[in-house]
Amino acid sequence: MKNEFQVIADLIEKDKKVLDVGCADGTLMKFLKDNKNINIRGLEISKEKVQECIAKGLTVIEGNAEKDLNQFPDKSFDYVVLSQTLQAFLNPELVLDELLRVGEKAIVTIPNFGYWKVRFHLLLKGTMPVTKTLPDEWYNTPNLHMCTIKDFFHFVKSKDIKIFKSLALNNLNSSIINESNLGVKNLFADLGIFLIEK
Amino acid sequence: MNTEKNIKTLIVKKPLKLDCGKTIKDFPIAYETYGSLNSKKDNAILVFHALTGDQFVTGINPVTNKEGWWSYAVGPDKAIDTNKYFVICSNVIGGCMGSYGPSHKDPDQKIFGTNFPVITINDMVNAQYNLLDHFGIDKLFSITGGSMGGMQVLQFISNFPNKSKTVIPIATTSSHSAQNIAFNELGRQAITADSNWKDGNYTSNNTNPGKGLAVARMAAHITYLSKKGLQEKFGRKLQEREDLKFGFDADFQIESYLRYQGSVFVDRFDANSYLYITRAMDYFDLAKQFKGNLSDAFINTKAKFFIISFTSDWLYPTQENKDIVIALNSIGADVGFVEIESDKGHDSFLLDVPDFLSALKNFLDKSYEEN
Repeated sequence: MKNEFQVIADLIEKDKKVLDVGCADGTLMKFLKDNKNINIRGLEISKEKVQECIAKGLTVIEGNAEKDLNQFPDKSFDYVVLSQTLQAFLNPELVLDELLRVGEKAIVTIPNFGYWKVRFHLLLKGTMPVTKTLPDEWYNTPNLHMCTIKDFFHFVKSKDIKIFKSLALNNLNSSIINESNLGVKNLFADLGIFLIEK
Repeated sequence: MNTEKNIKTLIVKKPLKLDCGKTIKDFPIAYETYGSLNSKKDNAILVFHALTGDQFVTGINPVTNKEGWWSYAVGPDKAIDTNKYFVICSNVIGGCMGSYGPSHKDPDQKIFGTNFPVITINDMVNAQYNLLDHFGIDKLFSITGGSMGGMQVLQFISNFPNKSKTVIPIATTSSHSAQNIAFNELGRQAITADSNWKDGNYTSNNTNPGKGLAVARMAAHITYLSKKGLQEKFGRKLQEREDLKFGFDADFQIESYLRYQGSVFVDRFDANSYLYITRAMDYFDLAKQFKGNLSDAFINTKAKFFIISFTSDWLYPTQENKDIVIALNSIGADVGFVEIESDKGHDSFLLDVPDFLSALKNFLDKSYEEN
């Protein structure tokens, strides 16, 4: 399991009710169910991935996060997880609002466009960055709204969303992000992980 | 119509009050089982059949000598694995494969015909519930069925919230749509317009409204397929001829196919049963039973739901299946949902659609492991 999922799992206490939005093949869901006795649900747009989840015995709903989150009542989950998908939505702000409506807390991870390799790629090569966390070319990327850790940090603050914990992930190392080290973390982390609440 | 010796029946002694207000008692429910009930009695699956189905789910139907209607899904090592599970299916009341229906005789030994009480999906499942007592099953492992079978699944878990661990409604709806009522009405009109129908008393008049019933079946059959499926299978291909004949014979293969479907249906199905069962479907509106709030139908159950729809099903489209998912999610129920890609229309659930069959199998087997 990738390090990102381990960090997310560490943020969630045992026996909670969790919705994994864009749960893909259910790797994180299965880990949470087996190791933390989490009552876990998934929402996934890809039919193939939904089938993979069913084969793992996971409860998954085929659906689109931009349309189908509205069927869940307010605060019906302890945590709602959104891993590296926010940037792919037509309207990330609306999805973020929905995550925070449905969940007591939300865990959102974003690939960091401020990562030094991304900056250097554009600066030196003059072409759109392709990295480990941003593997696609400009013409086939699902990403519509790329942002940096700094962008996201300021964005949630401006929306009066409370940040419980924000972590910078660089390969296997995770570290706390705060106001004072934001500039450095924004340069050296390829992924940001935010535990937020509204 | 029935070769009685091949039909197992349970006589229900207990009176059953029907939605129409009448009460029936000492009535037969015809059923069949597959696989064996384990000692813990926790491996039973109750399958509900669709409009023209019967209790003979798989293997060779001893009455028609044709494959059972769900042979692709049910059997040894299949999606509903009869090596593992004990499958029970019964003919709905109002039907014509041995359960109490319009071809039965009333207490005065006169064939009911249209004097048989109008029945509902609710009546059907209340009647079938008696099978649990018969087999001494406290809780089913699963209930499943497609189309009208799915309606019975929804009604059953609403009526008996603690009686099944898992619930699998397939290609169905919680409320029969105007379009579906319209198609059913077309079928009923075809039957009653046949002069041999004789106000439902065709048996005593030694006639049979076969032409009307065949037309009803032909019209319905079109609704079970998709435009793309029909086009791919038949296109404009001609039936055993080089060119158009400038007449009204079956020039096209699709015409010949529909005529065949109509004619074989008449051999195995009772016209009055067709009226009764389509009526039961039309009357089905689960939300209405709960003052318009579908979620309330499921508020008392802790069962795990898995809902399946098909992309090309325009009779019970994905949205109507999703409405059930939404109602369940709004009360925090344990519900999974998948829409299966298929060109085979509403009939997809009866056919060899590998993604569907593997999803069904995986859901059942994984849920049973967690038992």
